[in-house]
Amino acid sequence: MSLNGLCKRIIPCLDVANGRTVKGVKFQNLRDIGDPVELGYEYQKQGADELMFLDITASKEARSTVFDLVRDVAQSLSIPFTVGGGISSIVDVRKLLELGADKVTINTSAVTRPELIEEIATACGSQCCVVAIDARKRVNPDGTMPDGSIWEVLIKGGSVATGMDALAWGEECVRRGAGEIMLTSWDADGTQEGFDIEMVRAFSKLPIPVIASGGARDPESFVDVFSAGHADAALAASIFHDGLFTINQVKTELHQRGIAVRYVSTEH
Amino acid sequence: MKVELDLVTSAGGNIGSISRTLTRMGVPFRLMGTANPPDGSRPIILPGVGAFGAVMTSLQENEFDKTICKLVKAGTPFLGVCVGMQVLFDDSEEAPGVAGLGLIKGSVLKFNQGKVPQIGWNQIQPSNDPSWEQGYVYFVNSYYAQPASDQVTLYNSEYYRTFCAAVQTDNITAFQFHPEKSGEMGERLLTRWLTDVA
Repeated sequence: MSLNGLCKRIIPCLDVANGRTVKGVKFQNLRDIGDPVELGYEYQKQGADELMFLDITASKEARSTVFDLVRDVAQSLSIPFTVGGGISSIVDVRKLLELGADKVTINTSAVTRPELIEEIATACGSQCCVVAIDARKRVNPDGTMPDGSIWEVLIKGGSVATGMDALAWGEECVRRGAGEIMLTSWDADGTQEGFDIEMVRAFSKLPIPVIASGGARDPESFVDVFSAGHADAALAASIFHDGLFTINQVKTELHQRGIAVRYVSTEH
Repeated sequence: MKVELDLVTSAGGNIGSISRTLTRMGVPFRLMGTANPPDGSRPIILPGVGAFGAVMTSLQENEFDKTICKLVKAGTPFLGVCVGMQVLFDDSEEAPGVAGLGLIKGSVLKFNQGKVPQIGWNQIQPSNDPSWEQGYVYFVNSYYAQPASDQVTLYNSEYYRTFCAAVQTDNITAFQFHPEKSGEMGERLLTRWLTDVA
């Protein structure tokens, strides 16, 4: 039997706009829930394995707030963090990494110009290039199943359906040098009805880590996404932001179900 | 803790995260590159990110590699991190034909099972010296060092095989994982090393 002690990762996601943390159901109806640096530090103490900061207004507004945020977060955190949202050039990537981000995630810009994946992988290494894929189930207009996988890629915050086969796109991302895939199920996102296990399982056959996102409901849903979905990491926002469950509660359940996770003692 | 360090900047990698961690821990350090090499008066940290061959190439500028070897052999405390650990060995599957620093006998091999690179937190167990704590640390690596002698192994870890996660011999210590990204455990390991060399 092969021994593998590598832990499944729990990654809280902080949506930020203008340097403040926000969140929303299907990315609408934003609510201000505070200072991202403080929230990030709180999650680190709770036992978060990494953090994800998504600048959800980055495409439309000035970028300077995200650069300040990355610098502040890097100075206060001692766990890895990823930054995404509106990143479209290697210049942005280099600046974010210099300011202290460990990885960047690209989404729409990778679909519109896939060479960006290679540029990041070559200049900064695959390990810092996370490609985010937003996907949902598709059917042909006549109701028949499409060729290829049953999922299509969405871009621009889920507002534009591309018709691209999402799994084939994932394979292309791997070929171009992506280090990880962050997979958001648009069918599950914001529903709090559990991760999209079928989609996650299909993508987890890719030879790079897959971070499952969308639909986290309770500790049981994390058990499912790791044991049935074979995800390498799981990302969630609402259930942690709303205080429904702490990261430690999720990890305790995972541990009791025989899934390798990292425990840390919580301070005070 | 009143130890001051020389942090080597010319190993191809981003020294930002380790310098931020040292700053947070209140540890003073100088940034030293090929143009101003360390003189052996302070412990040396060699972080390394990227490819084995590229790191060796950048170390060879101004014969910086020879300077490091000379200082380490003369007893200057040395901490290598990630590829900064791998280059201590004789060679690597990542760069066939490229000689490492050769300060520790052995080779660097590629993982041949599981998703590569290994990304995330893994448990480390002290191999020979139980005074080093066990716990979880953050790895990002496709390659691992295989020392010729188990005696130099400080920590072992498991990724579809047992692999050497850290080495220690005489004045050389090296971590394959990233202590600067390993939360409180990582800071405690850095503090332990700093205390030992102070």
